[in-house]
Amino acid sequence: MAPRLKLFLPLLIFAVMAIFLFRGLSLDPQALPSALIDQPLPEFSLPVLGQERLIQRQDIVGEAALLNVWATWCVSCRVEHPYLVQIGAGGIPIYGINYKDEDAAAQRWLTELGDPYRANIVDREGTLGLDLGVYGAPETYLVDANGVIRYRHVGVVDERVWLTILQPLYQQLKVEVVPGGVDG
Amino acid sequence: MMTRALYLILLLLVPATALAVIETYEFSDPELELRYRQLSLELRCPKCQNQNIADSNAPISQDLRKLLYQQLEAGADDEEILDYMVARYGEFVRYRPRYDGVTAVLWLAPVFLLLAGIVLALMTLRSRRKNALQPSGLSMADEEELRSLLDKTEKRS
Amino acid sequence: MIPEIGHFALIIGFSLSLVLATVPAWGAWRRNSRAMALAPGLAVGMLVFVSISFICLCVAFLQDDFSVKVVASNSNSLLPPIYKFSAVWGNHEGSLLLWALILSFWTAAVALFSSQLPLLMLSRVLSVMGVIGVGFLSFMLLTSNPFARLLPGTPADGNDLNPLLQDPGLIIHPPLLYMGYVGFSVAFAFAIAALLGGRLDASWARWSRPWTNVAWAFLTLGIMLGSWWAYYELGWGGWWFWDPVENASFMPWLAGTALIHSLAATEKRGLFKSWTVLLAIFAFSLSLLGTFLVRSGVLTSVHAFATDPARGLFILIFLAFVVGGSLTLYALRAPAVSSRVSFEWVSRESLILCNNVVFLVATLTVLFGTLFPLIMDALGAGKYSVGPPYFNAVFVPLMALLVPFMGLGPVSRWKRDSTRRWQSELAIPTVVALLCGLTLPLLHAQYNVWVALAVALSAWLLLGLLRDLWHRVRGAASLTAGLRRITPSYWGMFVAHLGFAACVTGVVATSQYNIEHDLKMTPGDTEVIAGYEFHFVELVPARGPNFVADEARFEVTRNGEVVAQLAPQKRRYLASGQVMTEAAIDDGLFRDLFVAMGEPIGQDGAWAMRLHYKPMVRWMWLGAIMMALGAFTTVLDKRYRRMRSAVSAQAGEALHGT
Repeated sequence: MAPRLKLFLPLLIFAVMAIFLFRGLSLDPQALPSALIDQPLPEFSLPVLGQERLIQRQDIVGEAALLNVWATWCVSCRVEHPYLVQIGAGGIPIYGINYKDEDAAAQRWLTELGDPYRANIVDREGTLGLDLGVYGAPETYLVDANGVIRYRHVGVVDERVWLTILQPLYQQLKVEVVPGGVDG
Repeated sequence: MMTRALYLILLLLVPATALAVIETYEFSDPELELRYRQLSLELRCPKCQNQNIADSNAPISQDLRKLLYQQLEAGADDEEILDYMVARYGEFVRYRPRYDGVTAVLWLAPVFLLLAGIVLALMTLRSRRKNALQPSGLSMADEEELRSLLDKTEKRS
Repeated sequence: MIPEIGHFALIIGFSLSLVLATVPAWGAWRRNSRAMALAPGLAVGMLVFVSISFICLCVAFLQDDFSVKVVASNSNSLLPPIYKFSAVWGNHEGSLLLWALILSFWTAAVALFSSQLPLLMLSRVLSVMGVIGVGFLSFMLLTSNPFARLLPGTPADGNDLNPLLQDPGLIIHPPLLYMGYVGFSVAFAFAIAALLGGRLDASWARWSRPWTNVAWAFLTLGIMLGSWWAYYELGWGGWWFWDPVENASFMPWLAGTALIHSLAATEKRGLFKSWTVLLAIFAFSLSLLGTFLVRSGVLTSVHAFATDPARGLFILIFLAFVVGGSLTLYALRAPAVSSRVSFEWVSRESLILCNNVVFLVATLTVLFGTLFPLIMDALGAGKYSVGPPYFNAVFVPLMALLVPFMGLGPVSRWKRDSTRRWQSELAIPTVVALLCGLTLPLLHAQYNVWVALAVALSAWLLLGLLRDLWHRVRGAASLTAGLRRITPSYWGMFVAHLGFAACVTGVVATSQYNIEHDLKMTPGDTEVIAGYEFHFVELVPARGPNFVADEARFEVTRNGEVVAQLAPQKRRYLASGQVMTEAAIDDGLFRDLFVAMGEPIGQDGAWAMRLHYKPMVRWMWLGAIMMALGAFTTVLDKRYRRMRSAVSAQAGEALHGT
């Protein structure tokens, strides 16, 4: 019997491979999860759009917030912007990272389309982007009250994305107990 | 339908990222330029359809090449640079997977397969030879004649 | 109207393939000769209707019928006619139709050229090919119809063919590749038919060999063309990237190489039957797997067609059916006990065994490396990338392991040989090879140990072959009489092995010795590489049928003599607005000079330029051509024609006997 059994080996190997291939059909090989999940937001010190001051990491940390990477040259950012304005109007704190862009164009854009951002970090050279692992706008990060990155969404944030993915997570982060007793 | 359109759009974007990209960085040391070339072939463009940063025209690739250049000039060694990239973009960005507990299976697979193959070959050879030593039912003289006949036809074919 | 005819013809073709897949097979099972005899007719019928369908699609493209979706997505009225024709297979649906067409060709060819095959066997073989036809034709009709229309709302003009594909390479690379992939289905069909018949003997191997060798030859050419095309078209001078789609074509080739050698052992000595059948199944399964990988979106690749997972699922189910079914049949029907044929440790059989092991290990290594990212992702272990650094590191040593055995192969004898004889045969070749390895690389500026090794091994291969040839010719009255005695089979092997040696030399030399300079150049500048002076003469505007370009004129001199005039271009295609670089290459037998334009720097006409000096790169492709020529030559051997009379006498017996 044993020699016959050996002949089933190729079939077995194929079956295992087929299972993986089947699994692969529901995966997206292009989707790249952030390498910074559960890591603290990187340190930075960059200018604020339209203001004379600099903004740093500690200015953002303290409450659960969204960090949206955008630029005027990014077509999809224009598509998602109205929805971001809506979210911002609902009281959700959103900080913007104006990625490799020009101040004047960015200001015009915000005046035209609305400004949902608490503050806009000007990342002219893309250094903060590199530290975050940004590879293309738009990207949206969810940061908790401790300044730890908890999630990254690559692509347009629309109603479906917000309601099914980001909002539930944001609610969860908001009610998380922050050690040191700082209110959220 | 949406996904199909998206894929079509992505396909149209492909050529834009599949162009020759030629950077003209000046290196203080030819050794650094060599390492630059090596590393830019090993680092993957996070956004493209399977290209290294040397061949990709995407903005992120340009940024990563600049970063690579800066790091090399700053004196970082290869491992440090790769770790730096991985910390930000994940293991995805290395075309040569690092050797660790998880990827050991990848690096050792060829070795094991080869060993398995050699063992299999030896077992086959041994059993074949055993067949040769077993009597084949012919007399010694016949065996000899058969062998010489076979050799002769072999030479001719 | 024409698209509808095409669609209808496709449906008829599908129906015929369905009948072909079932009725003759049933006939073979029930020994119904009328049912079995239908097979050849059905095969030819399938060819006729799939051809009609294909012609209709070509006409739609050539006539700029933008109401057909694939024409609108992949063509344009400004596209040169030859590319309108090749755009037929420059997309997912059209390329599937090409696959089906080529499958029909092979099926009809087997039907027409196998008059000496027992009907029992032939009907089974054709039925299996019919099953494959059913799979592809139904895939098209259900998910990827090439004749889908855009009505109403027909666009005025099309999206244009991707500029990278507007090249002669597209005209021949896919058809050759598909000839290879589909060709392995013949070996596969023979293997399945043999398993079904329960009789796995040397005659099965003899029937399969010519078909398999031809398929392998086509695949070799297809891969070689792909590599060459990437080299001159993509503009960065690379010729192999271990991309999943490239691997998808390389894996069947590796398995196919093991197969053609294993078939030799099975035909000559009745050995390795079980292994050969498994290899035949394996090679074709890899072809199908390749189809899956390229069209399902499961792996990321620059070459992948834009398709979706739903289509991927269809192919996977088909794959599971065909491969799973054939491996089950193999497990149940293959001889569990090996034949009583024996051979010594030192013999040609054991060398072929080594060859099989190495190629099998190579195939599995490439397969595992290609699927590793997918496996890791599916297991939730993170996103990994496996690229050229890995593949080169593991593949090259394996191939290096192979070459010494290749030197021994042709010289060795079947069944029993002796190391002493090998020593005496190969003593001189070994010494000469070592000398070559030590000295030839000195012709180049630097000595490189890898090149030396490659040269030594290749020389050893060459000299071993020449030595064996000399033996065979020696006994004859004159040199020409001696040469005439050599069979096409032997010539084929000789040329193919030589081709492999050339290929290896080319690959190693170009990898080790190639020099690349990326730099900023303004008209008037000169750069020197390996003794060649590249002088940037001027920058001029240029125009093509569907593009505008900046052209940089170079003059290359060596020792004061003009060697080449090169004119790379940076093109912008009008219809799509895409920008593309067109490299300029001066090709030579021993070196290539390569110039490509990057981006303009500043305003004074300065451009980033890439200048390459690539020694021996052509040897790689010429070697591949030789391998293919060799394989084609073996098919001319008389023994395959002589088979006609000998086997047909047995045919009657076989039909009633089994």
